[in-house]
Amino acid sequence: MRAYKPKDDVQKKPYYTDRFWVAPQVPKQPVESDEIFAADLAALQEKFEVLDAYIQVEQMVVYINPEDNFEVLKFFKEELTYDQLSELSAIDWLAQKGEFEIFYQMLSMNKRKRVRIKMFIKEDQAIESVEKLFRSADWSEREMYDMFGVKVNNHPFMKRILMPYDWQGFPLRKTYPLQGDEFAQWYEVDKIYGKEARDIIGPELRDTARIDRYDSERFARLGHEVPKGAPVTDDDPINPQEYQEDEGVFMIKKLKKESSVIVDDPQR
Amino acid sequence: MAQHKVNFTQDGGLPVALTTIDKVVNWGRSNSLWALTYGLACCGIEMMASGASRYDFDRFGTIFRASPRQADVMIVAGTLTKKHAEFIKRLYDQMTEPRWVISMGSCANTGGMFNTYATVQGCDRVIPVDLYLPGCAPRPETLQYGVMLLQKKIRSQKASRAKKPKRLM
Ligand code: SF4
Repeated sequence: MRAYKPKDDVQKKPYYTDRFWVAPQVPKQPVESDEIFAADLAALQEKFEVLDAYIQVEQMVVYINPEDNFEVLKFFKEELTYDQLSELSAIDWLAQKGEFEIFYQMLSMNKRKRVRIKMFIKEDQAIESVEKLFRSADWSEREMYDMFGVKVNNHPFMKRILMPYDWQGFPLRKTYPLQGDEFAQWYEVDKIYGKEARDIIGPELRDTARIDRYDSERFARLGHEVPKGAPVTDDDPINPQEYQEDEGVFMIKKLKKESSVIVDDPQR
Repeated sequence: MAQHKVNFTQDGGLPVALTTIDKVVNWGRSNSLWALTYGLACCGIEMMASGASRYDFDRFGTIFRASPRQADVMIVAGTLTKKHAEFIKRLYDQMTEPRWVISMGSCANTGGMFNTYATVQGCDRVIPVDLYLPGCAPRPETLQYGVMLLQKKIRSQKASRAKKPKRLM
């Protein structure tokens, strides 16, 4: 059995406090330790500038210049048979380096190997779309734009994909507050009713567990309901359904035990 | 005996039931509450279960309709995202009066566990709500009880259409 740890107040504390915290890296091996990767890297280095390369968790990681991204991916797809682009996105390093790290995760089914191609771009720098090579890049690049604000050149439909088109801000940047900036918090009110409705509707209540038992405008106790706005006391009467037999609603009848049948065969 | 030969003044009285207009109209309204098919997230599964054979909403006269123009009650079953907020308002506006709203589950009540930038913190920020069902997800029994409470609420209202608006907005 697992040792017991007191769990008081676990929910009260966030599981991290530093939002720029970076997990420690797992050990890296040189590329020469795997002959398939070594051959791939040698072929790549003949044509393109490689800034850094290593193997981590049995995957080769290659750093290249961001201007080469389309040509390098084409080379990997056509010459080195890495014919799937499984994932593509960005990592926000703006606070530390003022840069985004873009990664392309690729898979070769013949070689049974995965490589990750990485590059750094400045905040306002655009990269070239690889949608012509891999259809999967279409939505991934839109998501990268939506979440990080990385612009992609020559994409067929460069719009937000998850957030609404008129959204402001990029939610997956580390500086974006989890509960939204002012625009996000008032988004639905501003859009539907206009800014002047803010005073009437009021700010968002973020305490989801708030219950006021004595507030009959907003809350009701099941079985003890009182009319809306009526004062609530500690000994509210039980307030059952009104049956026809008790001069209640026509056709809403009580269940008669004697005339009902209990089916105890589960396979009925 | 043939109908035209019945002498109502002698044989058991006239076939007349006396009631108020309010009662008769509300009896009709409350016993055929047609709900809008509006599953937004996981709560929608429980809503579908309530409509299916085991729980059988049809017993209460509640049938799911796919068009807001044919629906009386909107069961907001699930997470209302900010992107979707304008559409819930549009669907609500398309429903004909009289109309009611049940907010089903923590997400629709308060935003629930999604205390984030992308979720509306309670669908009552956008449309007026008659009944909040607690739970994540509420069981079909809760939804059935909720519908019965809504029926009770309808029966206690006036039938007149010149009702006061529920909320200023
Ligand atoms: S309240 Fe729970 S079950 Fe319902 S939509 Fe939200 S997360 Fe899903």
